[in-house]
Amino acid sequence: MTMRTPLNKVLNLGSAKSGTQDFWLQRLTAIANIPLTLFLVWFFISLSGANHAQVVALVAHPVVAVGLIATIISFVWHMRLGMQVVIEDYVHGNAQVILIIANTMFCALITLMSIFAILKISFGA
Amino acid sequence: MSTTPQNKVQRPLSPHLQIYKPMLTMTMSIVHRITGIILFFATLLLTWWLIAAAAGPEYFVYVEGLLTSIIGRLFLFGATWALLHHAVGGLKHLLWDTGRGFDLKFIEVLAKGSLITSIVLTFIVWAIAYGVR
Repeated sequence: MTMRTPLNKVLNLGSAKSGTQDFWLQRLTAIANIPLTLFLVWFFISLSGANHAQVVALVAHPVVAVGLIATIISFVWHMRLGMQVVIEDYVHGNAQVILIIANTMFCALITLMSIFAILKISFGA
Repeated sequence: MSTTPQNKVQRPLSPHLQIYKPMLTMTMSIVHRITGIILFFATLLLTWWLIAAAAGPEYFVYVEGLLTSIIGRLFLFGATWALLHHAVGGLKHLLWDTGRGFDLKFIEVLAKGSLITSIVLTFIVWAIAYGVR
């Protein structure tokens, strides 16, 4: 005979209230990616045939720099969730866990390197 | 009792991808995933280009030279199409997320429309990029 109550047996075993978090963030970043894609297309068209000084001047503009950082964050967040779904669909077992970790590491690296480069250009190095 | 080892009953398997006749809607669904995977790796090019710009004029000229070579341009053209196709296809998915647009004839229109739109947009973007330089 146990002294545990029925309630105690089921506590902490259910949803962590974040079951739809990935689904929602995939849609949220998808919506953000629409204007950000238009921004990125405009950005590259403006830099068609540009030299290094012109590239640096445009990237260093505060609105453009913030736009680029927003694009990197939203794109990479979206692609991390997307790639995780692809991995979960096709790879199983230990390899799946390793690839999901590698996915996160890759996305973190892309984000950090891009943002650092944008900030370095913006702050005039 | 059972006809198979390990006491397993042979049950019919649900039909898988390769036995279906390829349909445009199905192909577009797969292409959405493939363009997403292409864009995942294309961020390496964007990051590399930004790092090159931050590193200084000499390294930037080197990277720019590679990216604007014939092979580099082919990669960038492909990446442009992947981005625009994934974006247009994404709009379609956002529409479906609202519970609308599931009429079979309309789905076919969306599949054809998204493919044509993304290809036309890619050529327009590159035409403008060459026009303004």
